[in-house]
Amino acid sequence: MKSAVLVFPGSNCDRDLAVALRDVTGTAPTMVWHGETELPEGVGLIAVPGGFSYGDYLRSGAMAARSPIMRAVVDAAGRGVPVLGVCNGFQILTEAGLLPGALMRNAGLNFVCRTVPLKVENAQTAFTSRYSAGEEIMVPVAHHDGNYSADAETLDRLEGEGRVAFRYGEPVNGSARNIAGIFNEAGNVLGLMPHPERVVDPAHGRTDGRRLFEGLLETVG
Amino acid sequence: MKARIFVTLKPGVLDPQGKAIQHALEGLGFADVEDVRQGKLIELEVADGTDDATLDAMCRQLLANTVIENYRIERL
Repeated sequence: MKSAVLVFPGSNCDRDLAVALRDVTGTAPTMVWHGETELPEGVGLIAVPGGFSYGDYLRSGAMAARSPIMRAVVDAAGRGVPVLGVCNGFQILTEAGLLPGALMRNAGLNFVCRTVPLKVENAQTAFTSRYSAGEEIMVPVAHHDGNYSADAETLDRLEGEGRVAFRYGEPVNGSARNIAGIFNEAGNVLGLMPHPERVVDPAHGRTDGRRLFEGLLETVG
Repeated sequence: MKARIFVTLKPGVLDPQGKAIQHALEGLGFADVEDVRQGKLIELEVADGTDDATLDAMCRQLLANTVIENYRIERL
């Protein structure tokens, strides 16, 4: 599977994502600088990493969402190419309009950095096919702005259309309906605050995130 | 020409920072504060004659996230 990992000034999980993708798929992803205007030919997965792009200036993800490479990402997402946004990547995807809603400051104002239980809500997607619906996994979070917010109508639509990917199993950041990750309408874009790339190797202590990448490899080929 | 852009959270959007400021004011003895909402003020120096539509486009495309924020433009 050919994959690309975007790199913005201030990204700090780009290499973690690259290592996870290389280990699971057997192929090292192409690292794509934000100033580029094109993605590698035939890319099967675009990963938008965590970190603090542009120092979270203005709003988390706001600047990165307007960088040149994002126009190519929006085009690719429209053609059905899977896009995975983790943490700051999720914030960037909402700011870019690829996912609805917004990630606000955590309700408790604290930076939350711990491993949390996540319930898999929809296991019938390219990202989650290796999980079972309702399964609980443990995945680390590390964020200040993870409080998912959208109007009630949007939240109802997300729930009704099976577009809630993961839900926190305990209160974490004040997210509406404990939402930790969502899909776009077509199901090829996933944004989530927890870091699956930090739990892929037995040396990490857990491997709960590995199946997300394995599922993508199986679907994308 | 100067333009000021005031960005505020939409009514109903929870503002934990505003709440924390309110509590801090209460801690200082200002007991009459009923609510605090925190926003942003962005000052732009733009070419004379920059029209409203252009300033509005700047707000919609970058300066405010209209999912959660309102904005108001003031020309100086």
